[in-house]
Amino acid sequence: MTGFLQNTFNGLVSGAFYALLALGLAVIFGMLRVVNFAHGAFYMLGAFGAYVLLAEAGVSFWWALLLMPIGLALFGMLLERAVVHRLGRLDPLYNFLFTFGLTLILQDVVKSRYGVQSSPYATPAELSGSVDLGLFDFPTYRVFILVFAVAVCALVWWLLSHTRVGVVVRAATERPELTRAFGIDVGRWVTPVFGFGVGLAGLAGVLAAPMRAVNPLMGADLIIVVFAVVVIGGLGSIFGSVAAGFGIGLVQSWGEAYAPPIVAQTLVFIVMAAVLLLRPAGLFGREESAA
Amino acid sequence: MLRVENLSAWYGEARVLRDVALRVDAGEVVTLVGRNGAGKTTVLRCLMGLHAGQRGTVELDGRDIGRLPTHRRARLGLGWVPDDRGSYASLSVAEQLTLPPVLRPRSSAERTGLAWSLERVFEAFPVLYQRRSVPASTLSGGEQQMLALARVLRMGARLLLCDEPTEGLSPLLVTQVGDILRQAKRHGVTVLLVEQNLRFATEVADRHYLLAQGAVAEALDNSAVRSRERELLAYLGI
Repeated sequence: MTGFLQNTFNGLVSGAFYALLALGLAVIFGMLRVVNFAHGAFYMLGAFGAYVLLAEAGVSFWWALLLMPIGLALFGMLLERAVVHRLGRLDPLYNFLFTFGLTLILQDVVKSRYGVQSSPYATPAELSGSVDLGLFDFPTYRVFILVFAVAVCALVWWLLSHTRVGVVVRAATERPELTRAFGIDVGRWVTPVFGFGVGLAGLAGVLAAPMRAVNPLMGADLIIVVFAVVVIGGLGSIFGSVAAGFGIGLVQSWGEAYAPPIVAQTLVFIVMAAVLLLRPAGLFGREESAA
Repeated sequence: MLRVENLSAWYGEARVLRDVALRVDAGEVVTLVGRNGAGKTTVLRCLMGLHAGQRGTVELDGRDIGRLPTHRRARLGLGWVPDDRGSYASLSVAEQLTLPPVLRPRSSAERTGLAWSLERVFEAFPVLYQRRSVPASTLSGGEQQMLALARVLRMGARLLLCDEPTEGLSPLLVTQVGDILRQAKRHGVTVLLVEQNLRFATEVADRHYLLAQGAVAEALDNSAVRSRERELLAYLGI
C-alpha cells in the first residue's frame, strides 16, 4: 500500500511537468494553430538558464524561478514577431520546420558551450530534506513541485474563465475569424499568448533543474511524451492538456512499478493509440467543424 | 449608408461574384435573395473583409472600408450574423453576448449610441436570460439565432449583415426574428438581409436585390416581389 502511494505521488510529480508543458503547447496551438516543436528546447533553456545563473552569477533558485520564465517569455515574443508570425501566412509546414530547426540550433549552441554531460544543480536549502506524509516520507522538493504546478494550472484556469483576456483567448482559440468579425483584434493577443506558453516551458525547466539531469537533450526526451499528452487531452483543449498531463504521469509511474519494462516504456503511446481509436479528437477535444 | 460597386470575388480560379453593385440607405432593410450558390453569403463575407480574393469598392458612410481589416470594419458598426449562427461551444451565453466591445456613438448628435444594454437584451430575449450561464452549444437552433442577433444589437452595430436568420426555424420563431428586425429598424439600425423566404422578406424589408450567378440580376420593391411571387419562387427553386 505504501509503495503504491509512493508511486502515485511520484507519478503526480512527473505529471506536473507534463501538465505545465502541455498547457503551454495547448494555448500556443489554440491561438496560433502552430505546433511548437521548440517547446522542449525552451524547457531545456529554462533549466540551463537556472544552472548558468547559479554557477556563474550566484543567482538563487528563487530568483531563477522568477527571471527565467520572464526572460524566455520575452524571447518567445520576439521569435513570434520576427519569424512565427511571418510564416503563419504560409503552409503550416513552414512553422513546423522553423520550430524544429530552432530546437536543433538551441540544443547545439548549449552543447557546444557546456557539453552533453549533465550539470548538477543543488536543491535549494529551504526545500531539501523530506516531509512526513503519514505513511511515508517524501522529498520536500517534490511536494513543492506538485503544489506549485497545481497552483500555476489553477491560476491559468482562473485567468481563462474569469477575465476579459481569458474570454477573448477562448473565443479566438475556438473561432478566430468570427472573433475578428466582432471587432476584436485577435492578432494583438497572439504574441503575448506565444510568449506566455514559452514562459511556462521555461518555468517547468527551472523546476526540473534540481531534480532532473540538466543537459542539452533533456527537453528532446521529454517533449515526445508531452506531444502524446496533448493529443490524448485533445488538441487545443486547455483543460484536457492539464488533466492528461497528470493522468499520463500516473500511468507511467504505475507502469514502471508494476508492468514489464517493455510495456512500461511504450505505455504512453499505447494509451494514445487507444484514445485515438475511441475518441479521435482526444479525451476533451471537440471535433473540428468542417471549415 | 452602404455603397458597393464592382464587387468581384474569387474562390481560387473560380469567379463567384461579378461586379456586384448595391446600395443600402440608413434606416432601410434590404434583402439579397437568390438561389443557393448565387453568392449571397460571399457578398456578406466580402463586406466583413473575410474573403481573401475580392476586388471592388465598399463604402460605409462615404468612407472606403475595402482595405480595412475585419475587426476595424466591425468597430465602424458592421454587425455580422453568420449563417451558422456563430455560436462558441466553449463560451457561456453571457460571455458571448458581452464578447464584442460596445461601440461608442460616432458623433455628439448621436448621444446614446445604438448599443442595447444587457437588461434590454434580456428583456427582449427572456430565453437568453434563463440560459445565460450555460455554454451556447446546449442551446436550440432558435435560441442560437436569438443569441446571434442579440449579440450584434448589444454591440451597437449600425448595419446588421444577417445571413438567413430564419433558416430552419419554426414559424413562431420566424415571426420573432421579424419582430426583432423591425424593432431594430425603428431604433435606427440598418439591415442587409440574406433571405430565401420571400414572404418573410417582403414583411420586414423595404427593397430587394435578386442575385443570380454572382451578379445582381434585378432590383425589386415589395409590390414587385408580391405580384411576381410565383415566378420568383419557381426561379429560386423553392
